[in-house]
Amino acid sequence: MFGKLSLEAIPTHDPIIMTTITGIVLGGLALVAAITYFKKWGYLWNEWVTSVDHKKLGIMYFIVALVMLLRGFADAIMMRSQLAMASAGAEGFLPPSHYDQIFTAHGVIMIFFVAMPMVIGLMNLVVPLQIGARDVAFPFLNNLSFWLFAAGVILVNVSLFAGEFAKTGWLAYAPLSGLDYSPGVGVDYWIWALQISGIGTTLTGINFFVTILKMRTKGMTLFRMPIFTWTSLCANVLIIASFPILTATIALLTLDRYLGMNFFTTDLGGNMMMYVNLIWAWGHPEVYILILPAFGVFSEVIATFARKRLFGYGTMVWATVAITVLSFIVWLHHFFTMGAGANVNAFFGIMTMIIAIPTGVKIFNWLFTMYRGRIEFTSPVLWTLGFIITFSLGGMTGVMLSIPAANFVLHNSLFVIAHFHNVIIGGVVFGMLAGLTYWFPKAFGFTLNEKWGKRSFWCWLVGFYVAFVPLYVLSFFGAVRRMQSYDNGDWQPLMIVAWVGALIIAAGIACTLIQFYVSIRDRKQNQDVTGDPWDARTLEWATSSPAPFYNFAHLPDINGIDDYWAKKENNGGKPPLSEGPYQDIHMPKNTWEGPVLGGLSTAFGFALVWHIWWLAIVSGIGMFVVFLARVFREDVDYYVPAAEVERIEREHRQRVERDVQPSSSYASQAGGQA
Amino acid sequence: MSTDTLSNHGDHAHEHDHHDAAGTKVFGFWVYLMSDLIIFGSLFATYAVLLRGTADGPTPADIVDLPLILISTFLLLVSSFTYGMAVLAMNADQVNKVKAWLAVTFLLGAGFIGLELYEFHHLIHLGFGPDRSAFLSAFFTLVGTHGLHVTFGLIWILVMLVQLQKKGLTDMTRPRIMCLSLFWHFLDIVWICVFSFVYLMGAL
Amino acid sequence: MNRTPPLRKLGVLLLAVLPLVLAGCSSALLDPKGQIGEEQRTLILTSFGLMQIVVIPVIVMTLLFAWRYRRSNREASYRPDWHHSNLIEAVVWFIPCVIIVFLAVLTWYTSHSLDPHKPIEPTAEQQEPIEIQAVSLDWKWLFIYPEQGIATVNELAFPEDTPVRFRVTSGSVMNSFFIPRLGSQIYAMAGMDNDVHLVAEEPGVYPGRSTNYSGAGFSGMTFDAHVGSEEDFDAWVAKVRESSESLTYPAEYNELAAPSEDNEIEYFSEVSPSLYESIIKSFLAGGDHEERMAEYADSYAEGFGHGGHGAGHGDDHGASAESHGTSMSAEAAE
Repeated sequence: MFGKLSLEAIPTHDPIIMTTITGIVLGGLALVAAITYFKKWGYLWNEWVTSVDHKKLGIMYFIVALVMLLRGFADAIMMRSQLAMASAGAEGFLPPSHYDQIFTAHGVIMIFFVAMPMVIGLMNLVVPLQIGARDVAFPFLNNLSFWLFAAGVILVNVSLFAGEFAKTGWLAYAPLSGLDYSPGVGVDYWIWALQISGIGTTLTGINFFVTILKMRTKGMTLFRMPIFTWTSLCANVLIIASFPILTATIALLTLDRYLGMNFFTTDLGGNMMMYVNLIWAWGHPEVYILILPAFGVFSEVIATFARKRLFGYGTMVWATVAITVLSFIVWLHHFFTMGAGANVNAFFGIMTMIIAIPTGVKIFNWLFTMYRGRIEFTSPVLWTLGFIITFSLGGMTGVMLSIPAANFVLHNSLFVIAHFHNVIIGGVVFGMLAGLTYWFPKAFGFTLNEKWGKRSFWCWLVGFYVAFVPLYVLSFFGAVRRMQSYDNGDWQPLMIVAWVGALIIAAGIACTLIQFYVSIRDRKQNQDVTGDPWDARTLEWATSSPAPFYNFAHLPDINGIDDYWAKKENNGGKPPLSEGPYQDIHMPKNTWEGPVLGGLSTAFGFALVWHIWWLAIVSGIGMFVVFLARVFREDVDYYVPAAEVERIEREHRQRVERDVQPSSSYASQAGGQA
Repeated sequence: MSTDTLSNHGDHAHEHDHHDAAGTKVFGFWVYLMSDLIIFGSLFATYAVLLRGTADGPTPADIVDLPLILISTFLLLVSSFTYGMAVLAMNADQVNKVKAWLAVTFLLGAGFIGLELYEFHHLIHLGFGPDRSAFLSAFFTLVGTHGLHVTFGLIWILVMLVQLQKKGLTDMTRPRIMCLSLFWHFLDIVWICVFSFVYLMGAL
Repeated sequence: MNRTPPLRKLGVLLLAVLPLVLAGCSSALLDPKGQIGEEQRTLILTSFGLMQIVVIPVIVMTLLFAWRYRRSNREASYRPDWHHSNLIEAVVWFIPCVIIVFLAVLTWYTSHSLDPHKPIEPTAEQQEPIEIQAVSLDWKWLFIYPEQGIATVNELAFPEDTPVRFRVTSGSVMNSFFIPRLGSQIYAMAGMDNDVHLVAEEPGVYPGRSTNYSGAGFSGMTFDAHVGSEEDFDAWVAKVRESSESLTYPAEYNELAAPSEDNEIEYFSEVSPSLYESIIKSFLAGGDHEERMAEYADSYAEGFGHGGHGAGHGDDHGASAESHGTSMSAEAAE
């Protein structure tokens, strides 16, 4: 009836997990009770769960990402605590069976369920606004992508309660992840969580690629698009080209584990090296999927707050395209030590370093955007400055790793750990937090508290260096990744320093949470009435904050790069407001099919993890039926009457005219002398 | 899939005339096919790597039944032609002809799948199942993935037949027939690669 | 403010500690004991130095520009529409290109000179090379000395100034064989015959380990490499030969290959000839591998159950394993 699932699957012997479970269950019950008490179920369903509004989906991605950040970070703290303790024969508090799950979960969660949804959430929120579209090309698919992603999140979290998670490292290298060496359900959770959310990501990639190519407003040529849209376009090309490889690879591992096939087994002709090649053929482009949109965020932030046009727009675009192409021919640098010949290693090493050239050019372009600007030190700018310095150092250690002969002694050591945290924290996390602060008012209509934002930045910056510089140092003493304990007592002081660093980062996360609380409390004072709180340059600021569900009353005409800035200058420094007459606006309707498909795919994945075949069949058929229902549905869109548009626009206009003093901070004042 | 639309409201056509919804849908489907192509590419690469991983079991030459495969190849190629006829009929607004050609395409595709099932069953019966060796794993997976796609295409044809019956040729069904057309020809092209790479080269 | 903020205190502490630690001669990579490791240290320091040509200006410019062009500084020039300069663009493309060209040449050269598969030519004062076979098991290292006909677990010894060819394979999942003080590591993979050439130029005890995570007992997959004079090595071999244990294939080997954590050092005075080749071959066809996997699965007492491969195809081609004898070279990896 329940396949392999029984009550024994609940890890009652582990106090850490049981406490977590109790906390989550109680918290969940409280949340459900609160929603019921305040009668918010209908609101949640109608306004959020079934919504096809890209802005709301973006917000939901970000909320899930922040929750998962807490989970992934709890894993990080546990790992650092373990290594601070488990020195010179001490066992620490986490046995290998638990520690190995934690580092696997940490990697999987941080990449798939924190970084990816932050990037995709930001693309959702910003890209359609930046190109002057009313929605994405396929709004239903967009909703479905989110719920497939959510299904993956749920499966990863269920593994905490029932059974175990993979003990294989985040990429589940075969043959360790094969049935012979990992007979438990952990790898199966890994498989289905990644497979389902990965399909959602592929759909997102297709959706945004088509959106950017097909839905741009009049005059928005490719070379007038904001850089964030450009980097998103490239990231989506990478998604379309690389995620199918992940899908195929996971499918092959699934066949090995479920049907006894021999793709990656040690015997019967299987080839584990092929797994490593395939997974990195996806894995390397994946890191560029994360970092390119972050580059886009920094480009927008620095141009806005330096009050100056981005230096070298064309170079920036071509550098991004170059990185996109190159990212597909470097994957072998993740395993130089496999023993490929010198020519092969040298080729992949040199290709890897070549990526440093366009990346370096980008950094200089940001620097020369600041040059002769008027930089306002808001928290997004601090994140950007922290990024430029931290990322340069991370890029440097990356180039060191890309030299095969040096890699032979640095591979698998803590140097690698320090390097990729250096670029992922310094690049992606800083970028996403900068983007969050920068575009928050566009999503919610008020700005975030600056004081707590800056505190968060300083904690993250200092915490990062305190946590990871010791790891660089330790790698020179032979400390490797994924060890649960170590014999050499001399390493312990630096491990403790790294632990302190993790605590400082924890304080940074706490500052962000406090920042949310304080900002929501003070939302009246921090209201963004005009829709353009930073006096910015691109199209998303041309509409009110929060943006109306149809984004723009009239689809704007674009005449150049930073067109909105030019329009403000022509309008005496004031943002032009929309004027009538208005027309009916064609919009997509909400969808119940997306969340239901997401729920069914969760059940499907869970059933397959535990070999509950009847449930797999029932949910599989259910998915098919729901999909058919969608296919046969005709009332998928509607028209917003012109009168409704006029009412919304009139209210916005009245608010602006009432609340904004004529001499507030617009371009004409802020810029001053040229 | 959901911006199924009707850009016939003349009075605000200028607001979204540059968003040709049917065109966007077909373009999106093209992009999807490209990503699907990468899945097939990964499987072809896997097959090439594992070609010699026979573990003392059968080699490609041992399992290829060329006459049978020639028949199924023929069925699939002809089905591409009949689908093309369906599209021509759609362009001429002859809904009954569209249905008829789709039905013929369905039968040819079903014949293809039937032959493939027979081939798989036969191999497994001989003890050459996908768990026998890495080579057979790769063979069954590559050919089977194509077969699954064709099966999905068959279901799609059925759905389209029902929709044509209920709704006729509309702004909703037309782009879908175009997408299915792309899908069907795409599978044909993939099959030509499978045929040459797996069966022809295997038989040599 | 006479109270230093805690963060700054910590920073000062860190700055004081780091150089001390780095300068300490206990750093395995910065104080190598063999030619390969020395060349790799030079390479790491050279590439680090080269990149400072870009990294230091970037950091300085970041801080300088940010400060100079701050909003409140009305003396700095402000050119809101200046967004292009051919000269600057040329320079910012040119400098990284030059550095990368230099690094690329260095990479090409060192990828060949430090290729782990490349034998080390003994110099005048060095001995003829010897061969040691390393097999990673769950979770321990088996070292086979084919010339001496002995084997050990988790202990390695060889004479100084003698190039060693380590042939590396795995009897289980993937691991990586690494002695940090001597240089290059290489993956150990089932069914693959990989190799790495190393040499030690000073006597000492050098810790080694698997660097590639391989499961529950991974942290304990460590060993010591004892490097001494030719006489020390002979004495060590004699000591191993005194052991009453033998290692025959497949029975005793399979027993040893069963998972164990933090394995003790073991000596085997007698070893099946071509044990190393047999281990590789066991993965190339059905072989006796199925049997061994069954044993392996039993040892997972707490596992959730084990599906296993379709039964029965292990036996019938075990006999033909010999005919399939050519071991795959790891270079097939590409």
